[in-house]
Amino acid sequence: MGILEVSGVNKRFGGLQALGDVNLSVQEQSVHAIIGPNGAGKSTLLNCLVGKLIPDSGSVMFDGQSVLGRKPHEINQMGISRVFQTPEIFGDLSVLENMLIPVFAKRDGAFRMHAIESVPQEKTVIARAEEMLDEVNMLEKSRMIASSLSRGDKRRLEMAMCLVQEPKLLLLDEPTAGMARADTQNTIQLLKDIRTQRGITMAIIEHDMNVVFSLADRITVLAQGSPLVEDTPDNIKGHPKVREAYLGEAQV
Amino acid sequence: MLGLNKNDTTLFLVVLGLTLLAPFILNPFPEGTGMAQFNAGYPDLMQRFVIFGIFAIGFNILFGLTGYLSFGHAAFLGVGSYAAIWSLKLFTLDVIPAIIFAIILAGAFSLLVGFISLRRSGIYFSILTLAFAQMSYALAYSVLTPLTGGETGLQIKGTDTPLLSNVAEGEIGRANFLGMEMGSGFDWAAGGWAFTFNLGYYIAAVAMLIAFYLSIRIFRSPFGIMLRAVKSNQQRMNYTGLSPKPYTLAAFVISGMYAGLAGGLMVAMDTQVGPERMFWTASGEVVIMTILGGAGTLLGPVLGAGFIKYFENIVSKINKDILHNWFAFLPDGFEDVMVSLVYPFVGKGWHLTLGIMFMLVVIFLPGGLVEGGQRLMGLFRRKSKSSEADEADGTEPAE
Repeated sequence: MGILEVSGVNKRFGGLQALGDVNLSVQEQSVHAIIGPNGAGKSTLLNCLVGKLIPDSGSVMFDGQSVLGRKPHEINQMGISRVFQTPEIFGDLSVLENMLIPVFAKRDGAFRMHAIESVPQEKTVIARAEEMLDEVNMLEKSRMIASSLSRGDKRRLEMAMCLVQEPKLLLLDEPTAGMARADTQNTIQLLKDIRTQRGITMAIIEHDMNVVFSLADRITVLAQGSPLVEDTPDNIKGHPKVREAYLGEAQV
Repeated sequence: MLGLNKNDTTLFLVVLGLTLLAPFILNPFPEGTGMAQFNAGYPDLMQRFVIFGIFAIGFNILFGLTGYLSFGHAAFLGVGSYAAIWSLKLFTLDVIPAIIFAIILAGAFSLLVGFISLRRSGIYFSILTLAFAQMSYALAYSVLTPLTGGETGLQIKGTDTPLLSNVAEGEIGRANFLGMEMGSGFDWAAGGWAFTFNLGYYIAAVAMLIAFYLSIRIFRSPFGIMLRAVKSNQQRMNYTGLSPKPYTLAAFVISGMYAGLAGGLMVAMDTQVGPERMFWTASGEVVIMTILGGAGTLLGPVLGAGFIKYFENIVSKINKDILHNWFAFLPDGFEDVMVSLVYPFVGKGWHLTLGIMFMLVVIFLPGGLVEGGQRLMGLFRRKSKSSEADEADGTEPAE
């Protein structure tokens, strides 16, 4: 039984069957990649996991509980954090404030009326946020306005904001999309470190085969809304069906 | 001090000093001189400064922090005013219960309006709040006449016998604070100057100081960070396990209560209210005050409120005769030319000056008057630094 169990999920948009009978099982402490050509339903699937979309049928169980019908913030409070294709951070706020928000969210839940307490007195929260910033080597940038960070730093900040919540599952939506080669390598290294140091379960949607094969334990190939095959990276590489549906004639 | 950091304490003390000494500061010109018309230190205007200051401080908590632009805040001001006048008419002539009722009722009404309006964001939110305010205005004007007095509004009448106050038959009760009437106070003439100290003003001033202090606390609290997060990125907020809506609604209700406080104080100072207080131009005014002063800054709304009320009451009083006096030193022809050039911008044309200033501020100083002040300070500091540097250079021996 995996930490995330997707079974029989269907989703239609009008006449388009975006997801058809998707089954997926993500094992604890593993890195599970979901790949597939454009329009295969990867993003739709991800949105069904985080509460942005509700499947027409099927079930999504996380840690023994159904996530269906829950709002994104409730699903996050259950232990699923999400990293976006383009880093989503609080651009107008300082780096430290960006880091404080998830720490407060973890401590206080979805809403708390702490309007009179002063931030500098929240010493444990600040210490936790600074500790995390230090881990990703951004402590010296803590007073900078987040929107002025470089793209790589924004990605690291977003990642750190997810990690500080100690999620049980980290979802990554094409974390290296649009990145230069060097940035891609840095991100792979960052994810590898996260994995070895924290043992966080990850589910990655990715286009870049290089990223997928250097990180994943299991790979699910989606094609036209349905899982084509699920296997280890080595087996996927040589799988004839996968070559045909997705990799085409490309060298792997 | 008071749980504020050093900069905020300084800011608060400056505002405290300015507010308490306002009767002096706003009356810099001796009586009877030509400049005396620029004195703003009379109770009626000083009260308006602080009351609209409260209104704008509250509005800024919503607009400045969360970015939600309400175009209907005058509705809460009006509801607060009606609550306060009924408290004076029926319950007691003491203003404190009236103000408390005003805050509670405005808070409850803003909870309702906010709950519905916050289903949308951006322009749709603004339109919804505007619709609510205009509905409130129309209702107060017509259907709800038994409650609001309709077009003529409500005043304290000789027939009113408040429960807790002893008013003789036929006597018109006056609002008071622990038995002291709002208009009480004393005048102090020193040299050519005349200073008026007025109880009503000081009650409103204390209310503004409390409101200002609370707004600093909110700005510096975890709640304040969350409100700025709402403005910055609601998507990330959702995926960080936070629900933006209750935060925004809380900010909306807080700012509605500030508006109610302002409305209650208006009634306490001048015991009458009419539906025009809820008209959309009144909602627009507080938006302009906040943006002119600097949305999202602590001091901005107060500055903006003071600025606009000064223009409305002082610059609007400059008429042609006064202009002729000013330019009397010019040859006759030039005098007339100058007067006709300046006249459209003063007196009844004060809106034109204000409009131009507002445009200039929005285009060149997006941070409002506060940003202007900061830039001036920055220039000044750089200059004094560079002159220090020059001196240092000068003392160094040439090599």
